[in-house]
Amino acid sequence: MSKIRFATVWLDGCSGCHMSFLDMDLILLDLAPKIDLVYSPLVDFKTFPDQVDVTLVEGAVSSTEDEEKIRHIRRHTKILIALGDCAVTSNVPGMRNIFSPDTIMQHVYGDTPPVQVIPPLLPKSVPVHHVIPIDVFIPGCPPSADTIVKALLAVLDGQPNPVPPRFG
Amino acid sequence: MNSATNAKVITLTIDDRSVGAREDQTILQIARENNIHIPTLCFLEGLTPAGACRLCLVEIVGTNRVLPACTTYATEGMVVRTTSPALEAHRRTIIELLFAEGNHVCAVCVSNGNCELQDLATELGVSHITLPYLNPVRPVDASHPRFTLDHNRCVLCARCVRVCDEVEGAHTWDIMGRGVEARIIADLNQPWGEAASCTSCGKCVQVCPTGALVEKGKAVAEMRKRHALPKLITRQQEHGS
Repeated sequence: MSKIRFATVWLDGCSGCHMSFLDMDLILLDLAPKIDLVYSPLVDFKTFPDQVDVTLVEGAVSSTEDEEKIRHIRRHTKILIALGDCAVTSNVPGMRNIFSPDTIMQHVYGDTPPVQVIPPLLPKSVPVHHVIPIDVFIPGCPPSADTIVKALLAVLDGQPNPVPPRFG
Repeated sequence: MNSATNAKVITLTIDDRSVGAREDQTILQIARENNIHIPTLCFLEGLTPAGACRLCLVEIVGTNRVLPACTTYATEGMVVRTTSPALEAHRRTIIELLFAEGNHVCAVCVSNGNCELQDLATELGVSHITLPYLNPVRPVDASHPRFTLDHNRCVLCARCVRVCDEVEGAHTWDIMGRGVEARIIADLNQPWGEAASCTSCGKCVQVCPTGALVEKGKAVAEMRKRHALPKLITRQQEHGS
């Protein structure tokens, strides 16, 4: 059986979901023979490959860079999974939505916000599925390692996510 | 409500089960007596039903619209369905609308893990909100020395309004405005801390289903509430002790 080409991406989030993913501990050893990790903040590939079977996405879509990234990833992924509350609800990044991007930039950087290094903010920080279609939702802040394991093993087997959703 | 009435005994059908009841009972009361679960949010035992949240909508054969179980009285021979694909879709949409209309950020809420809205989303399988978020700008009233009112997390169930009026007898709370503009106000729209009618009893805080009314000094997930309070108090009153 060929290995599942697997990726994880990190948009506007705190990396807590990736920490929770690593928190699977020994189960990662069971997962390892089934998957080929082709792109992730946990490994050193610089570009997202052409054909990926399953991608976990952490974080909300908050900047033009996030949006370009996730549109590219959607085109090259069969099953896209929103992992954690930021990806599913926009959560904490979305708390800035009552302010305009200009107000935020000015508040953080003063009168001369950088224009080159920082990708421009979108008007609102939004859940991933408000930009592109998502196949599986795993809410939680962060989802527990157990939740991720159960959902992931089911998805890898072509089954629906057996874990009841839980925000927060 | 009161068991010492001469109400007629009737028979009706709920989810293909034949059940006996009194004609002064609502469909929700009868369902609960018979261990038939109907999801609710604004309903709280001990308070007058408001029919505000519409989560308890049920189908009644021969009626061309869905009706709230908490405010609809049973009649002889009534045939009620508490669940169907359409009802489940309505309930999920209601939950989605509540999440989309306010600013509910469970991860940073004092009521995280002890919230009826959060529990209902899980129960009804709401894994994500398909509707666009409104992200309204809503104030937080921290003028009271012991409690905080966070309008961002208010679902307008009016439990606070009812418990303050019916149990405490103060009637500090009301709802002002309509639609998305509607919000809870203290007295004549004053800061809570300046509301002369408030006795600071805290009943409104205990019955609030979300993190809208909370005790000060609680961190994330620390706020636990005593929702049984009105039931305990009104039962005591009924027994005249």
